[in-house]
Amino acid sequence: MLDTAAFINILTIFVLAIFVGFEVITKVPPILHTPLMSGSNAISGITVIGALLALGAGGGTFTTVLATAALFFAITNVVGGFVVTHRMLSKFKKRN
Amino acid sequence: MQPEHLNLLYLVAAVLFILGLKNLGHPRTAVRGNVLGAVGMGLAVVSTLWFQGFVHMELVVGGLVGGSLLGIVLALKIKMTAMPQLVGLFNGFGGVASVLVAGAVLLAAVTTAVMGTESGAVMSLQESVATAASGLIGAVTFIGSVIAFGKLQGIVSEKPLRYHGEQIVKVLVLGGALVLSAMIVLDPSRTELYWALVGVSSVLGVLLVMPIGGADMPIVIALLNSYSGIAAAATGFVLSNNVLIVAGSLVGASGIILTQNMCKAMNRSLANVLFGGVGAIVENKEQGDIYAGKVKSTSAEEVAMILKSASRVAFVPGYGMAVARAQTGVRLLTEAMEADDIHVEFGIHPVAGRMPGHMNVLLAEENISYDKLREMDAINPDFASTDVVIVLGANDVVNPVARESAGSPISGMPILDVDKARTVVVIKRSLSPGFAGIANPLFAADNALMLFGDGKKVMEELVAAYKDA
Repeated sequence: MLDTAAFINILTIFVLAIFVGFEVITKVPPILHTPLMSGSNAISGITVIGALLALGAGGGTFTTVLATAALFFAITNVVGGFVVTHRMLSKFKKRN
Repeated sequence: MQPEHLNLLYLVAAVLFILGLKNLGHPRTAVRGNVLGAVGMGLAVVSTLWFQGFVHMELVVGGLVGGSLLGIVLALKIKMTAMPQLVGLFNGFGGVASVLVAGAVLLAAVTTAVMGTESGAVMSLQESVATAASGLIGAVTFIGSVIAFGKLQGIVSEKPLRYHGEQIVKVLVLGGALVLSAMIVLDPSRTELYWALVGVSSVLGVLLVMPIGGADMPIVIALLNSYSGIAAAATGFVLSNNVLIVAGSLVGASGIILTQNMCKAMNRSLANVLFGGVGAIVENKEQGDIYAGKVKSTSAEEVAMILKSASRVAFVPGYGMAVARAQTGVRLLTEAMEADDIHVEFGIHPVAGRMPGHMNVLLAEENISYDKLREMDAINPDFASTDVVIVLGANDVVNPVARESAGSPISGMPILDVDKARTVVVIKRSLSPGFAGIANPLFAADNALMLFGDGKKVMEELVAAYKDA
């Protein structure tokens, strides 16, 4: 039942993305740790796509309820995360 | 739209996420980085909606609008001092979304199989393993984040809750969750097993976070951040969806790096933070001997006079500054001293506060230029040539005992070498120990002066005294 070729493909994407994540983040200075966390937190709300797909696939009432609740939580995470990060970053200024 | 086209748009979104995270790493480009991430997310959402047409449109619009509004209100209304709680709560929302999506997909797959429209097993091995992983990690993230939120908000005690047999209980519950996961993989059609797994994993989330004390919260928040990413990636495997996998792994990796940074800054292993921990059980018998007759108490007027004759001053803020909301006083005093051509800077310990970078956010909100906020390794060599260091609401991160290789809970932890400065003024309510529960010989040092009182009030007095001096 397992479609091995397709699985290896997405496993490849998964492993490479982890390496990209390590490389991109390693050099972030401590002053930006909080915005980095809340910004990446917003990106982890990507589950919103999963919720939309689950909702769009149709299915019974319970499935729809679960998917709608997931959509609500995920988009709160996404929008709240990006807005609060923007709010924080707008405070980081260099003055002379 | 064809599925290939959707995947192409997802690729663009993934690239935007990577560029966004990269730009978030530099103060000058950080705002752009955040915007790039948001654009990537918007693109992914719009493409998905476009791809699948108008199914359940009222629910889609209702969910998106309702959640967005809640997110905006929370993000704009929250006080900067409450930022750790909010980030923790949003982590939890990501986790619960993964639990619900995996549950919905499982339920839909079972329903389809029962109706006989699909031959063979309910789910492939990849899908069932990923479903169990989403449920387990997502539920731990959600409940763990709710407990962390409660601790930071003061609803749940910040004290570490420890008991005999704690590790055994955790191992047993984790074992139970893994057994349930295996059963789901063997027979995905029994959906009640999935909800049992979510329940057991929720208990695990409680057990993992309750024993962790307030000062270790930066590590827990960073770790939960990582988990929320891993949960999203697991849900990506359920749906064989590239953008979920890429975005989830990026966040998972970045959270792990932050967690490691925090652990290094405390000279502790992650295992020690999660399972060992300091705090509750440490006794401090000889505290009296260390302080007896050696602690010098001072007044705002005296400190103001010392500051007037200084040419280089450094603040070392800790969580106490956030609790007392003393940062406005810090800014006012900084401005007054800078008007007198005194060089003022800030020494920030990586784990000061309740989340990574907490002190920087609070000081940035007070319009303190970020180039004055200096990292531990950068400022430590300069303390010897600093006239006055003002320690405000920090304790363990300036405790010289940490330099000794053994014998105390903080031995080996990198600290800010404030005792090297000519004068150290410590603003604190009492001589009570910090989170590590040990006495701080700095308070009894020859060059140290204690300015007792509530941080906010003391800073206000100090500003007034400085202006009069």
